Amino acid sequence: MKAALQKKLLDSFIEIIRKTSAELPKDVIDAVQAGRKQEADASRGKYAMDIICKNIDLAKVKSAPLCQDTGSILFFVHYPHKHDYDVLQKLFKKAVMAATKKGYLRQNSVDSLTGVNNGTNVGPGSPTLHLEPWKKDSYDIRLILKGGGCENVGAQYSLPDSRIGAGRDLTGVKKCILDCVQQAQGKGCGPGVLGVIVGGDRATGYLATKEQFLRKMEDKNPNPDLAKLEKECVEEANKLGIGPMGFGGKTTLMGVKIGALNRLPASFFVSVSYMCWAYRRQGAVVSGAGEIKKWLY
Amino acid sequence: MRSDGNTMIKLSAPFTEEKIRGLKVGDMVEITGIVFTGRDAVHKWLHEGNMPPMSLKDSIIYHCGPVVMQKKEKGRAKWVVTAAGPTTSSREEPYQAGIIEKHGVRAVIGKGGMGEKTRLACEKFGCVYMHAVGGAAQVLAESIKEVQGVFGLEKFGSPEAIWELRVEDFPVVVTIDAHGNSLHKDIEAQSSKNLSDIFGALKK
Ligand code: SF4
Repeated sequence: MKAALQKKLLDSFIEIIRKTSAELPKDVIDAVQAGRKQEADASRGKYAMDIICKNIDLAKVKSAPLCQDTGSILFFVHYPHKHDYDVLQKLFKKAVMAATKKGYLRQNSVDSLTGVNNGTNVGPGSPTLHLEPWKKDSYDIRLILKGGGCENVGAQYSLPDSRIGAGRDLTGVKKCILDCVQQAQGKGCGPGVLGVIVGGDRATGYLATKEQFLRKMEDKNPNPDLAKLEKECVEEANKLGIGPMGFGGKTTLMGVKIGALNRLPASFFVSVSYMCWAYRRQGAVVSGAGEIKKWLY
Repeated sequence: MRSDGNTMIKLSAPFTEEKIRGLKVGDMVEITGIVFTGRDAVHKWLHEGNMPPMSLKDSIIYHCGPVVMQKKEKGRAKWVVTAAGPTTSSREEPYQAGIIEKHGVRAVIGKGGMGEKTRLACEKFGCVYMHAVGGAAQVLAESIKEVQGVFGLEKFGSPEAIWELRVEDFPVVVTIDAHGNSLHKDIEAQSSKNLSDIFGALKK
């Protein structure tokens, strides 16, 4: 790959990181604002939602990180099959280092054995790159920045689960989802959005929960059973009364996105990832010449 | 005037025991005065019996690792906070009660709530736990008007140091008060009951 093209791609990757860290996508902002409207005037829930809305505006104006935990860096990329995989891998890492230097990302990645933070956000598993070649001559690049507080309250269930009385059916899946919300309380910086996978093995299940976060808030699940389950889970979770930040109130969840993977007859996993209100997701079509052509959210 | 906890209260320094005991779970509070940041390293260090150079009597401790930049203004270096959201408080649970007792701390700000030991210490020694909005790094940074000092920058590193911050109308909600109440406990109990009702209805 020519040096000039590499430079163009690098700049585009850095811009995608900047925008993701500072600006929530419109569909998420709409959901946050809808949540704010639901909360009673002069209530604690409204108070929290007011502050959240103000923070969203301020971060955008200042082009500064929305939350200081700039999270795990998860790239989902389709690239022109003629472009070089090894070079791209290096470019994404370089972009992360540059974005960290510019302050778009906090120095946020620590060696798990020694506790050392090398200050670059690059190391084993960071950033997480899912690079897939395709026949088109442009790129589809999507990025999620996922905070640690909400990642800590995710959960994986193996059905049947006698503690919550969940069997191997969609009612059982619903119980897992609602139990996860109850366990999380306000600790995941709610109101949150859940990515859920029914089936798979433990690893593929969790991995695919993150892909659910690529979906837009208002999209409809193509599977009618899952579409119904998504809607019911949001409605019922919002009856729990946990509310924004766990202060009490009506908006506990803004959305639930559910997918299914095949499973072995012996296993039935339900994997749930929790995304905080600081739901940072952006994406862009980047041309084969390295230029951002269109924002995707 | 107080109505089911939905009251907005201005709390200004000095943070006396009387003012703190006047707060109740659920109160929405805007703080004006000095707060000291402190997270894992500082809590452990205080717990080991070390004394900080400043007095923490009647003080507020904020569980926060701020992003602080040095800027030049009229030729003089100045610290500016660019992000200052709360960090998870439960990590300080083993140390907090002892620090409240020994140093006379009047309020702790953080997120996610704290446990029984802290709740009991708040009741006994006249302290409250106040919850900031997690993730609101920019709004909270805006209400920090000045960095008045820093201690332990070299020893603990920037996010872990004790930053002395002058804040104005810093927004929080009281979730553990000095009368033994905890909003976290109440909401967990209520939502747990709501969940069993929902589960009960699913069976039919
Ligand atoms: S859970 Fe989200 S909003 Fe809360 S501190 Fe972490 S990244 Fe920020």
